[in-house]
Amino acid sequence: MATIEARGLGKTYGVTVALDNVDLRVEEGRILGIIGPNGAGKTTMLNAILGLNAYLGELKVLGRDPWAERDQLMRDVSFIADVAVLPRWIRVSQLLDYVAGVHPKFDRARAEGFLAKTTIKHRSKARELSKGMVAQLHLAIVMAIDAKLLVLDEPTLGLDILYRKQFYDSLLNDYFDGKRTIIVTTHQVEEVQDVLTDLIFINHGRIVLECTMEKFESRYVELMVHPDHLAGARLLKPMNERQLFGRSIMLFDQVDRGQLAALGDVRTPTIADLFVAVMTNSAVTNQKAQVSEAK
Amino acid sequence: MNTSVSASSNLPASNSNAVETKPFLWSVRRELWENKSIYIAPLIVAGVILLGALVSSGHLPGRRRMALLLDPAHQRAAIEMPYNIAAGVIIITAFIVGLFYCLDALHGERRERSILFWKSLPVSDVTTVLSKISIPLLVIPPIAFAIIVIAQFIMLLISSAALLPSGLAATSWANFNLLQQSVILIYSLIAIVLWHAPIYGWALLISGIVRRATFLWAVMPFIAISIFEKITFNTTYFFSMVKNRLLGAGDTAFDFQLHKTISIDSLAQLTPGRFLATPGLWIGLVFAAGFIVAAIRLRRYRGPL
Repeated sequence: MATIEARGLGKTYGVTVALDNVDLRVEEGRILGIIGPNGAGKTTMLNAILGLNAYLGELKVLGRDPWAERDQLMRDVSFIADVAVLPRWIRVSQLLDYVAGVHPKFDRARAEGFLAKTTIKHRSKARELSKGMVAQLHLAIVMAIDAKLLVLDEPTLGLDILYRKQFYDSLLNDYFDGKRTIIVTTHQVEEVQDVLTDLIFINHGRIVLECTMEKFESRYVELMVHPDHLAGARLLKPMNERQLFGRSIMLFDQVDRGQLAALGDVRTPTIADLFVAVMTNSAVTNQKAQVSEAK
Repeated sequence: MNTSVSASSNLPASNSNAVETKPFLWSVRRELWENKSIYIAPLIVAGVILLGALVSSGHLPGRRRMALLLDPAHQRAAIEMPYNIAAGVIIITAFIVGLFYCLDALHGERRERSILFWKSLPVSDVTTVLSKISIPLLVIPPIAFAIIVIAQFIMLLISSAALLPSGLAATSWANFNLLQQSVILIYSLIAIVLWHAPIYGWALLISGIVRRATFLWAVMPFIAISIFEKITFNTTYFFSMVKNRLLGAGDTAFDFQLHKTISIDSLAQLTPGRFLATPGLWIGLVFAAGFIVAAIRLRRYRGPL
């Protein structure tokens, strides 16, 4: 059984289409990154998975219908929306008491163990903690829950570099065991590049790219073109071309690395490079489509 | 074979590993952590009343001698009055606290976005909303009861101390029977909270609907309709209905005519039969249930923010 199975997943707000007929399958033990511009439908998709929004189409998370069984599902799913959702009035000790009181899979001693490594005090209220400490607190709670699926929606938004680095390090070292599934959306793509096993780009409510990180590394090549080979490189149909320090940088999809190496310096692109290429292309395609529709 | 093994290893394992959880109990407790005013406001009011009783205790012997000149019924009413006022003021405080609690209950969690955290836990919307409405219906009345009885007891001690030199201390205890008054108080609090249930339900529903100014949205429709009716038909039926809902619990729950005074000091004045036979009580409870169901559905069906 896949952790998440969606077929024809859709959601509209009035006339705005937030999710457009999305098919998605996430297997157990994967770390999936969902990357997309603002308003692309990432949060709508996560909210559907978490049972926070109604949706069209078919969706099963851990074999359950999230909209009908949210409270049951949340025994096996953890969720960090972003750094600012812990109630500001609550004390750390109260938070631990409450979660222990309502969550059957919460291991309080484990949470205390994580908190002992931080400077967070039990007497402190959430509003007295810095943004980074609130994130540490939330993560300590979530990592002490024996969940099968963890959903992270912009978990490091607004945190400084130290906290961000630490966040993903803790997650990989103390939480991820190869059996849990993690879904993360973020704009800080560079920090998750080495964390993810799978990647999805989403735009205008549609999945525009879907691949594993293994494939990503073999499939996409970035070439800093030697000025003499510019025309030759263009013949190989790069996805995208940009200028940097007066030199052309091209991104290729499924073109032989050896062939490209003859034309300049090759390297594996970052997710951000690919994202820009794919989004620019889809914007161009959209414009063309609109123009032809207008005609 | 396979399925039976996996079923037996899955289900009991997840049950035995699972610590027993009490989502409702902890949700109520969580409301008390967040809303300390639920008990602090009536405590402060009780403190002010006791301070007043203490400061004015110097005049007590003179007033008591005057009261003892009256006929027994009025004598009793006069001696009881401060105790009843204390109870009344604390009950009104409890009502206001409960009302404002409800007006914020489903609004605050969306305002501070913590609803995303609460919804990430295995607690259903039914449990959450019921735990919130139980604050004015089940939690505040016992708190008000305890504070009133303790305040009245301390008032009796103050009056005893003040009247001791003049030898009148016993007249307080004789005319204000704390035990019997406690029984009357329990009955009163139950009657009032049942009568007010639709008000709390309405406030809770409004707090789940509107994005700001919950108090105005909760109150303005009633004021607007009352004014509209007065201007258009020159009648005040709607206003009378609202007033009856706010203040009318006592009309059928007690028999004020028995002593021809406003005070309630005998169990014979309690008329639960008549109260329970009042259609307004049941109509109100039906409305309350409707508002609560609507609030549950709203928390469930509305997008998280």
